[in-house]
Amino acid sequence: MVEQQQTKFPQHAVNKAELFVSYALRVGVLLSATVILIGLISFFLTGESGYTGHSYPTQIKDILEGALAFKPFGVIMLGLLLLILTPVFRVGVSIWVFILEKDWLYTGISTIVFLILCSSFFFGK
Amino acid sequence: MEIVALKILLIAILAGIMGSILGLGGGIIMTPALTFLFGVDIQYAIGASLISVIATSSGAAIAYIRDGITNIRVGMFLEIATTVGAITGAIIGGLIAPNVLYFIFGVFIIYSAILMLKKVKQELPGEVIEHPMAKTLNLQGEYYDKALNKQVSYKAANVFSGFGVMYGAGVISGLLGIGSGSFKVMAMDVFMKLPLKVSSATSNFMMGVTGAASAAIYIYRGDINPIISAPVALGVLIGSTIGARLMQKLKSKTIRKLFIPILLYVGIQMILEGLGVKF
Repeated sequence: MVEQQQTKFPQHAVNKAELFVSYALRVGVLLSATVILIGLISFFLTGESGYTGHSYPTQIKDILEGALAFKPFGVIMLGLLLLILTPVFRVGVSIWVFILEKDWLYTGISTIVFLILCSSFFFGK
Repeated sequence: MEIVALKILLIAILAGIMGSILGLGGGIIMTPALTFLFGVDIQYAIGASLISVIATSSGAAIAYIRDGITNIRVGMFLEIATTVGAITGAIIGGLIAPNVLYFIFGVFIIYSAILMLKKVKQELPGEVIEHPMAKTLNLQGEYYDKALNKQVSYKAANVFSGFGVMYGAGVISGLLGIGSGSFKVMAMDVFMKLPLKVSSATSNFMMGVTGAASAAIYIYRGDINPIISAPVALGVLIGSTIGARLMQKLKSKTIRKLFIPILLYVGIQMILEGLGVKF
């Protein structure tokens, strides 16, 4: 066995492409967490959800309109929507990264996953 | 109201830590906690669990990918199986009695828990006979193990059976709407003989995609309640960030010891559900 005393992680273990996918996820997570937090804090400060009773928006169009009007529940739902879209965004970024790496096998595999993912929205209906 | 939200946040942090270490979605903790401790409707509890799965996946993957624990190729390749499985599950949902499936999958989980029990003293897989497909697909990899302080290289075995179990994992999540993290970890750990840390991190990585596929429907149905899901999302994101750092410092043996009782619990729960025992 080769003795390995490394304080730093070896460079080849994580390549640039993977770092880019990690970075894309961080952007998605930070963005959605910030939006959710703003919505939650404004709801607790004002005590107003922006909607009557216990209702909240459940359609994409209503969520976007509510968030634009800065209704607290609309803002929270937008944040949750961004969180849900983060993994989809990640698959999209992976396709791009594999193209840049000229890894055609995995460009194909990622594209197949992306297409199945999109089609699942229809089957799930 | 603020106090309840704070309590949910704290439990969500715990769920995020556990979920990211074990490669499960955290739904195992979140759903019972919300229904039993806070009296939340099962409908909203399941919606919030789905948010928890997606948050654990993305939150943990940031660190796991950066530190090279996640095998992106393995994840991407197996996602074909899980997504096709999820669609199959959604289609056959109306054709087969779900309790039969609950029973079959429950027995399978118990069987896998026993297989895992045999590996309880094993830290790393050791010499593995690489599957020819694994070579073609570039599934081998390496990572730096912070608990062992060394670089670990590994190869993938039994690609087809791993792919098959992953398809099953997809069917379950599409059909029963439950997190199938335990199946994903098993497919990689028991069948493909990948190191446990790689299996857990890669399962985490994959879960977000499966979760996202069904999340839109949950939103439309109104199952994602903002006041419950918001503290869950924030707590789980914090928890999974902590968990992804913690897990790397743990020995695989320790992680396995946490994992087996959870497998047994899920397996027994599914068998009981299959037999029609409600609790």
